[in-house]
Amino acid sequence: MRPFERIVDEYGPVVLRVCRAVLGPAEAEDAWSETFLAALRAYPDLPEGANVEAWLVTIAHRKALDVTRARSRRAVPVGEVPDRPSAFGLPQDWDGDLWAALARLPDRQRMAVAYHYLAGLPYRDIAEITGGTTDAARRAAADGIRTLRATYRPTSSVEGARP
Amino acid sequence: MTTGHDSALDFFGALARTDDAALGRLRERLAAAAERDGLLDIAYRTIDSPVGTLLLAATDAGLLRVAYDREDHDAVLAKLADVVSPRVLRAAPRLDPVARQLEEYFSRTRRTFDVPLDFRLAKGFRRAVLTHLPDIGYGHTASYAQIAAAAGSPRAVRAVGTACATNPLPVVVPCHRVVRSDGSSGGYVGGEQAKLTLLNLEAAA
Repeated sequence: MRPFERIVDEYGPVVLRVCRAVLGPAEAEDAWSETFLAALRAYPDLPEGANVEAWLVTIAHRKALDVTRARSRRAVPVGEVPDRPSAFGLPQDWDGDLWAALARLPDRQRMAVAYHYLAGLPYRDIAEITGGTTDAARRAAADGIRTLRATYRPTSSVEGARP
Repeated sequence: MTTGHDSALDFFGALARTDDAALGRLRERLAAAAERDGLLDIAYRTIDSPVGTLLLAATDAGLLRVAYDREDHDAVLAKLADVVSPRVLRAAPRLDPVARQLEEYFSRTRRTFDVPLDFRLAKGFRRAVLTHLPDIGYGHTASYAQIAAAAGSPRAVRAVGTACATNPLPVVVPCHRVVRSDGSSGGYVGGEQAKLTLLNLEAAA
């Protein structure tokens, strides 16, 4: 079994991107920390040859559900996203516009997009993680990415103009 | 693995911004939380020294492993994960006392080490040999035969050589002070040059 440090090396960045996409900048780092602490606890029992990335995304998904449930208990409407990205905490950390677009997606679509397009998981694995059928996962990701492409334009082309 | 994955990474490029800064912070936080929750079975760090980069690894019982560069630190960590626990994280705080003492040793302001040692990687006679090595004082040497006698098996000279060659805690457990009866330095886990460097360092103090 590989030292857990190597697991953090290999999958830390992708899990952070997934947490950012699913939860936004304010809560992504707490979710990442809880995910890897839970993974460290369970790691010695992980079966040989298991898909480590799918395993980590599964744990991250459970942490994300905890956060989104707590959020809905606080009755913050997901659809109402302020126009100014600074309202989301750390605008210097990553693009507020992208999170603004992601935050407008239904949870299910946002998760399917993150798990497929960022983590690279096949829809069959995503269905196992989120529940529902493979087709439903495929549709959620397709609907989500279509909406995103219509509402968000990557800003990398103007990055060079920044001081 | 999936269609559209690579092109989508450009689209989501903003998510990867400042990954390094965030991940550095998060890894430190993870190590601290693991220590707090009793999940940090093996903590490790490296230090620079006159005998090259040394890997230091510790369990909660004490210093578990000191490894020279030539032993291949990745391979050493992989072995520790296999034989002790895969819960291995880079985490400096647990290793701070021994790192500080090694720095003092290499700058000739320290002659003995005062940190708990975890000898679980050495078994039986080899462990018995290692526990006798600190009896050889700083700046002194002993022959393999003398150590064999001290360990209660005067004929086990070759086994003493093996115990030294497989010492999991070189420098701290001073196998470099065990030399051939003819006075030549003999082999060393860190290479003969490292052994001479340590012997010269102690002789000059």
